[in-house]
Amino acid sequence: MSILRRAFARLRSFASKPPLDAELEAEIAAHIELATQLNIERGLTPIEARRQALVRFGGMDLVKDQHREARGIMKLDILLQDFRYTIRSLSRDRGFTLIAILLLALGIGANIAVFSVVNNLLLRPLPFPDAERLVWIAPPPTKCGLSCATYSTDAYDEFRTYSRSYQDVTGYFAFSGPGNLNLSLGGAPIPATSVDVIANFFQVLGVQPAMGRLFRPEDGNNGAAPVIVLSDAWWHRQFNADPNIIGKAFDINGQQTTVIGVLPGTFDFGAVFSPGVKIDALTPLNLYGPPRDEGNIITMIGRLKPGVTLGQAVPDAASAAPHMCWNNKYPDSCKGYAKDGVVPVSLKEYISGKLRRSLVVLWSAVAGVLLIACVNLSNLLLARAAARTKEFAMRTALGASRLRIVRQLLTESLILSSSGAICGLALAAALIAWLRHQTALALPLVSLLHIDGAALGWTVLIAVVAAGLFGLLPGMRMAAGNLQDSLKDSGAGSGQGRKHERLRSILVVTEVALACVLLVGAGLLLRSFLRVLDVDMGFEPQHAAAVNVDYDDNVPNDKTGALSAARRGVIFKQVIDRVSAIPGVQAAGISDYLPLGQNRAWGLPWPRGVKQPENVHGSPLVYVMTPGYLHAMGTGIHGRDLTWDDGPNSQAVVLINRSFANFLDKYAKWPNHDAVGHILGDGKGLLIIGVVDDVHEESAEGDAGWQIYYSAMQNGPNGAQLILRSTLPPATLSSSVMRTLRDINPKQAMAEFRPIQSLVDHANSPRQFFMLLASSFAGLGLLLAAIGIYGVISYSVTQRTQEIGIRMALGATVAKVQRSVLAKTLRLAVIGIATGAIVSLVVSRTIAALLFDTNPTDPLAFAATVLLIGGVALLAGYLPARRASRINPMVALRNN
Amino acid sequence: MGESKLDLLQGTLDLMVLQTLAAIGSQHGYGIARRIEQASQDEVLLNQGTIYASLVRLQQRGWISAEWGTSDNNRKAKFYSITRNGRKQLEKDAAYWQRLSDVMGRVLAMSPEESAS
Repeated sequence: MSILRRAFARLRSFASKPPLDAELEAEIAAHIELATQLNIERGLTPIEARRQALVRFGGMDLVKDQHREARGIMKLDILLQDFRYTIRSLSRDRGFTLIAILLLALGIGANIAVFSVVNNLLLRPLPFPDAERLVWIAPPPTKCGLSCATYSTDAYDEFRTYSRSYQDVTGYFAFSGPGNLNLSLGGAPIPATSVDVIANFFQVLGVQPAMGRLFRPEDGNNGAAPVIVLSDAWWHRQFNADPNIIGKAFDINGQQTTVIGVLPGTFDFGAVFSPGVKIDALTPLNLYGPPRDEGNIITMIGRLKPGVTLGQAVPDAASAAPHMCWNNKYPDSCKGYAKDGVVPVSLKEYISGKLRRSLVVLWSAVAGVLLIACVNLSNLLLARAAARTKEFAMRTALGASRLRIVRQLLTESLILSSSGAICGLALAAALIAWLRHQTALALPLVSLLHIDGAALGWTVLIAVVAAGLFGLLPGMRMAAGNLQDSLKDSGAGSGQGRKHERLRSILVVTEVALACVLLVGAGLLLRSFLRVLDVDMGFEPQHAAAVNVDYDDNVPNDKTGALSAARRGVIFKQVIDRVSAIPGVQAAGISDYLPLGQNRAWGLPWPRGVKQPENVHGSPLVYVMTPGYLHAMGTGIHGRDLTWDDGPNSQAVVLINRSFANFLDKYAKWPNHDAVGHILGDGKGLLIIGVVDDVHEESAEGDAGWQIYYSAMQNGPNGAQLILRSTLPPATLSSSVMRTLRDINPKQAMAEFRPIQSLVDHANSPRQFFMLLASSFAGLGLLLAAIGIYGVISYSVTQRTQEIGIRMALGATVAKVQRSVLAKTLRLAVIGIATGAIVSLVVSRTIAALLFDTNPTDPLAFAATVLLIGGVALLAGYLPARRASRINPMVALRNN
Repeated sequence: MGESKLDLLQGTLDLMVLQTLAAIGSQHGYGIARRIEQASQDEVLLNQGTIYASLVRLQQRGWISAEWGTSDNNRKAKFYSITRNGRKQLEKDAAYWQRLSDVMGRVLAMSPEESAS
């Protein structure tokens, strides 16, 4: 209580300092007068009386100081004084201040930006209420892509019934392709992308609508009126954020579809579940309609009951698995999921787990940059402190305590670091805003990036730590200095100067070593990235583009599907023939799925007459295509391509890729290991007409899996992607191609031309992103180290101006002076590089898991780093060396 | 004369001020200083000005209160008086000092023979 009162009284007295000072003055005046009066009554002369009174009173200023100190304003007062003094001295030394703030802004800014990314992906819970209870339910990754990571509707139902750990389980249709919605508002239909979700999707995630309502169970029933929920972004972009949109109906895919709700901006389906893909709207999945028999189509997401742990959910899922059938109509399909088929992992782990290692590496890299910046600044401050030695000695002589001087230096550091932090924050905000709009970047949650309270707290923390790091050393140096020595020290060539220089050299060596480590790491990542770009994808990504083709192959009363398959053949042939005729188009073909996008599998077709062993798992990914597709993609074929005669009434044919052919050959032992001409499966079977190159269908970095290509006239494709190979840029081609497509089908949407290269870039974007960041940080580190070297060498040249002058007067040549300065630079650089290289050998091992086809001790990365730092160091040393060689001996000797 | 005066220990001045105010009631800074000098029979070395730091300290702790008033010879001056909390504190401090001086007295009364046995 009394402490509080005193604190309050002190604060009040600080706030009202002038009136209180005036009051004290009045009190003192009264005191003196009373004393004088008494002295006069004792019989002294008025002048003597006043003198006596003043003597008895004591030192006036001392009394005032004591009074102020007791009042409690002393500390705040000193702080304010230090603050003012620092601002004054910093603004006098503008160049130094600007460089210091710039260094810090770069170091701190990079740190805040990376922290925000790390916070967004790793530290912060997912943007859902009680997000830690959300789990992703899937089998571990296998060779058959998305089809083996999803469940059938029957399996979903059984899992919901037999598992006990969940409040509820939901899911979404995993095979929605981009541009699967055609919105007609009059003119040409506008393509958009939606995902079908189970009606309880939003309840399980805990998402509330920004407007209107979300799905109810009846929205997914057979014959329910079509409804749609818009994403915040699409509502803004396409509907101008129409506040009255709820209840309006639009022609979507030829059906009047009612908008029932708008999602909040904080929920972005694409950002969470399909990074780098824009999802414009969500539609209800009809669980009990046709999807019933479509096999594995649902990805499952569950919300655990309160108090249930993941450790309990795993065995629970395993015990529910035997009850799950691929299709309840086929009892023998019930074993499929039992073996490791149903494993819950935390949703967050699923979304960002893969990125943890990369992010930690990035985080360490920016910490390294900040460290270099601090070392650099420490160096600058040391130089400044050396120049101010006499100022401080003078202040000490005049009665300032050591503590006071150190405190003042720390105040200076704090002011510099907070200014740097403020600029850094602005820098980071710009970086984050830019990053947020990189929608093509295949990193999750990017669109939710922002600088939040945690990031601000982090900023304050690193600003204070940085100030301590770079301010303490010069501060201690200063405090330890000897007063007399400092006052006598003439600066040049004396002991104190030398000691300073040694310390500064150690700092520079540290900087160079740190930069070396960063550069080696970045070099290794860069090399990995180049290796990834060199991977033969199995197709030619350049000079090819894809466009979504709308077609209507519906034939009434088509029992077997043969009629619509034939009609599809006619449409596709017409499209390809007419498009191929466009000048500049070299090849064209259609497939329903493209590499590095969606995928699916239809089971494992087995060579006829060969016994299938029990322990064979996985199945090839299925592509349903037309003749010419493989040629247009640039994928090589051994055997023959499809022809337009491979229609519904002729022998079913397939092409398989080399890996799958080799795998089957292990069991079938085909003559000459040649699969062409052999038949897979029972009944009419599938005739293998060709073996094609392995295509990297999931990523450039992984192994190419198994692929099988069917004819679009013999199987139902899931949409149609027209591939065009042309040396013309897509922009030139798109209008004539689009005109042709719309001529064939007036309902064709104004679909986007997507370069095939962009598919590869998208797949490689996370690696590119991390590589770019790591390289920028390494570059920043190198720059800072170069500034550090320059600073030290330049300072030592200045300090030795006189000495160099004498040497030159005694006959040293320009070359000799330059050589001596460069030799000094080189010595620092070599020690730094050697230290850095040794540390790098250890550090590079820890990032080995992030490398692709690159050895952590890659000689090229190390050699390039050594050369780069050596070169930069020489350059940084050359400038002061040149200055040294131009010293005029006469001027140098006269100038002391 | 200067040599023989007592240097004030830290904190003792606060206690003297409290005791003075308790004894004579409301008084201004100069009056308090004079009273302390008189009571100590001019044995303490008191720069009268130092009393003001002590006064503001005591005031912040809520042990004395202050008010502007008029002195006997019609001068405006700030008058201080002890509060109830101040009296309590004075009791505590006085008891402490009493004990300390008793102890000091006993310790210093030790004769060499006694300490040897």
